[in-house]
Amino acid sequence: MLNFMSHSQATTSVAAAEAVVWPATAPLLQVENLAVEFETSRGRIRPVDDISYTIWPGETLAIVGESGCGKSVSSLAIMRLLPKTTAKVVGGRVRFEGRDLLALPEAEMRKVRGREISMIFQEPMTSLNPVLTIGLQIMEPLRIHLGMSEAAAQKRATELLSLVGITDARRRLAQYPHELSGGMRQRVMIAIGLACDPKLIIADEPTTALDVTIQAQILELMKDLSRRLNIALVLITHNLGIVARYADRINVMYAGRVTEQGDASRVFAAPRHPYTIGLLRSVPRLDQPRTSRLETIDGLPPNLLELPSGCRFAPRCAYRIPLCDTEPGLMETVPGQWSRCHRASALETGELSIVAPPRALPAASAQLAPEPLLSIRHLSKYFDVGRRGAVARAVDDVSFDVGRGETVGLVGESGCGKTTVGRTILRLAEATAGEIIFNGQDVRRAHRGELQALRRQMQVIFQDPMSSLNPRMTIGDIIGEPLAVHRLEADRSACRARVQLLLEQVGLPGYMATRYPHQLSGGQRQRVGIARALALQPSFIVCDEAVSALDVSIQAQVINLLERLQRELGLTYLFIAHDLAVVRHIADRVVVMYLGRIMEVATRDDLYDRPAHPYTRALLAAAPVPDPETERRRPSGLLQGELPSPLAPPSGCVFHTRCPMASEACRNEVPPLRELRPGHYAACIKLEVE
Amino acid sequence: MWAYTSKRLFLMLPTLLVVATVIFFLLRVVPGDIVELKLLGDGGMVSQATIDQERARLGLDQPLLVQYFNWMVGLVTFDFGTSMWTGRAVSEEIAGRLMLSIELAILASIVGLALGIVLGTLSALLRNTWVDHLIRLLTLGGMALPSFWIGMLIILFLLYIFDWLPPMTYTPFFTDPWANLSQLIWPALAVGYRYAAVVARLVRSSIMEVMNEDYIRTARAKGVYERLIIVRHAMRNALLPVVTLSGLEFAFLIGGLVVTEQVFNLNGIGKLFIDAIDNSDYVLIQSVVMLMAFIFIVVNLIVDLLYAALDPRIRY
Repeated sequence: MLNFMSHSQATTSVAAAEAVVWPATAPLLQVENLAVEFETSRGRIRPVDDISYTIWPGETLAIVGESGCGKSVSSLAIMRLLPKTTAKVVGGRVRFEGRDLLALPEAEMRKVRGREISMIFQEPMTSLNPVLTIGLQIMEPLRIHLGMSEAAAQKRATELLSLVGITDARRRLAQYPHELSGGMRQRVMIAIGLACDPKLIIADEPTTALDVTIQAQILELMKDLSRRLNIALVLITHNLGIVARYADRINVMYAGRVTEQGDASRVFAAPRHPYTIGLLRSVPRLDQPRTSRLETIDGLPPNLLELPSGCRFAPRCAYRIPLCDTEPGLMETVPGQWSRCHRASALETGELSIVAPPRALPAASAQLAPEPLLSIRHLSKYFDVGRRGAVARAVDDVSFDVGRGETVGLVGESGCGKTTVGRTILRLAEATAGEIIFNGQDVRRAHRGELQALRRQMQVIFQDPMSSLNPRMTIGDIIGEPLAVHRLEADRSACRARVQLLLEQVGLPGYMATRYPHQLSGGQRQRVGIARALALQPSFIVCDEAVSALDVSIQAQVINLLERLQRELGLTYLFIAHDLAVVRHIADRVVVMYLGRIMEVATRDDLYDRPAHPYTRALLAAAPVPDPETERRRPSGLLQGELPSPLAPPSGCVFHTRCPMASEACRNEVPPLRELRPGHYAACIKLEVE
Repeated sequence: MWAYTSKRLFLMLPTLLVVATVIFFLLRVVPGDIVELKLLGDGGMVSQATIDQERARLGLDQPLLVQYFNWMVGLVTFDFGTSMWTGRAVSEEIAGRLMLSIELAILASIVGLALGIVLGTLSALLRNTWVDHLIRLLTLGGMALPSFWIGMLIILFLLYIFDWLPPMTYTPFFTDPWANLSQLIWPALAVGYRYAAVVARLVRSSIMEVMNEDYIRTARAKGVYERLIIVRHAMRNALLPVVTLSGLEFAFLIGGLVVTEQVFNLNGIGKLFIDAIDNSDYVLIQSVVMLMAFIFIVVNLIVDLLYAALDPRIRY
């Protein structure tokens, strides 16, 4: 705190001095008609095409859009960090405090980077140099831009680390990035960004790789620092919840263009572009009643090589009219809000109203205790970690049931053991102890033949559809492979026919069978993964983060597909995910895990309406929802601290180190999973049984 | 780290045992008999009795397993025996020539690494320019052309252009560095060329890969000078695989030396080795092979320790 005081006084005086030159009303950064071209093997594309926006000192602007919309490219173009050989800025100006950054000589531009504009990147794991100490990496801009001496830079680096909430800062300076957790590394990145008191920080998906509780910590920190030090923030993200909680203004981008622009609360409350409306509707939401089916945006974002001639969103737009064949301009609908849509004024006047489907479920489908298909009892999985018999307790004494035809959601942060549970069920990893009974059969004791029969009934869909499909096999071969392995079809033509059927089932055209994985989009690849899982007509599918890597609009399509298949084929799902809103949408019952143990088990509505365990409550509080009004009212119930290492889990209740309710007793005793009310279990000694 | 080092040194023993066994039996399978070579080689006429007597003197009349056993006992007690040809102690034969070969190996490594790193970095940073194309052509040559042939070219070049030949007798470095280097730099170049070529190709691809890493982008975003980005951020990461490679390349280096010493008529271990093979001098061949295996293992241990020192993520 003390460190911060001296620092903030220093900044205020600097800001005050410069305020004379730059009155507060002058914009900090003005991007005017920026256009970037990329040279690709198949032709020239424009991932950023004619975008303009302005940032005022101290404000937070969010740039939102799905992958490939140009949001990162435009920011890299501002910093002139695009690869020189393939990318070229072909038009526009970037005015920063009156200077045109695009026209500066490289040596001058270098002085802007890290000194006046800082950038924070998505992957804290790879964004720091692995062979240099944290200290050196923080001190580097100080020494280069401010010409500080070694000792002065070291002192300032220590201050910066304290400022971003890293304890024991002096010792940390000598550490290397691999010795820190992901959240810590992102704090270090922020410290580097703050080092020279920049006026603007561009944060490119700063928390996408982090867990939800850590994400909340990092974003609160950035917002807080930006407010206290009067730093403007450009927040690039795909997460609408983050935008709602932290942004003052928002830019929605689609296919290289800004489609909607304006004050964040206005855009969320009254979106005036069908794409924004579609985005907001296709996210599963924690703050509204669950819908039976997610609304989706049909189709895929356009290929930048073959853009539609008119409005770029028109091919996917449900409200297109003949006029949409001509390109609309970015027009002001009301003061402070712009939309690139011919129908924006019709939306504004109410002439065209887009009615949301009813949010309530038609009928409660929750059948409380269906007969279990899968039953897990006291499952444990320990990993040896080399030295002197040390073990990591990835899964520790986990018991739950999955009923026939039911979807059980398994949620938790990284390292909580949820994926390991899935892998042990499928015998992709051998459990250390416990029982796994599937359909009356003991999975752990099954020998080769039995296991093969079991695997026909249990299938898996993985997270990363790119790396889990063999790049050298055609889609048809990938889907047909399980059929061949289990000799299910009489001959090749029968096999081919079956593949066609499966493709149709997951909503892919038949000609896809001859394509290769790299020719497909992310969503299409995930559909292939689903078709492969369905090939053996299983009764049970483990979906391991099956929709996590997909863009919002595609994610909604895949979730709807999974739900439709469940209805049609009577499937049972174990849905492993970290996104609480997605789990709420798809699951009937939810299991919450933390550090290898179950914290809470309940039916979906009971869990989300009345969460009992302090960890579940913290998780729900940390997940931002896409509604600025709700976000403003919500207390920021931040979970403090880092996830403890599974190598040395805390004694007693594993959550006690971060729990606001923890007492001495929590340290000594492992809390049993108790039934608080019918069907609602929690492992916490502080909770009363009703 | 000490635990790791001692474990590695301990594991060296079984490796050396396997090498010793394989080389022993391989040599007995290879045709050629030292006694016949020695006594009948130049068309001499010697009675069978003399031959048998010589055999007995060298211990070659004993059963194979007994000979093997004696060889093992000798190894364990560091008694490598005497050369079957000259009758001098093997340790003496080697000691007289080891310095030259080690110096040559070090020189060739320096030439290889220095040239390789510089050329590889240039090639990566000036990708697809004429500099890059030229360097890639040179490195291709280094890998395709055998070092003895390069050696011959160097000699011919020196002789025809400068009408000068390197000195023929070995002067230890500390006696007269200039005379020493003017003799040894040429074979070091011939052997080091290949080494440099392999290193340059690795460095080129490694730097190109590292320059695309996120942390390089971070360094740029911090406003670090391009020169500092390359030296501090990129090279330190890009040279890590070179460390590993230099250990493995050492085997090629030794192989290259054996031939190159012939070309430059240097009286080193390589020449000793070739002569020993010519003479089917079992004892000497075995001992030289053991020495090379030992050096190779030690060099690779040093390389692994060096790697750990350079990469903070690796700790033994």
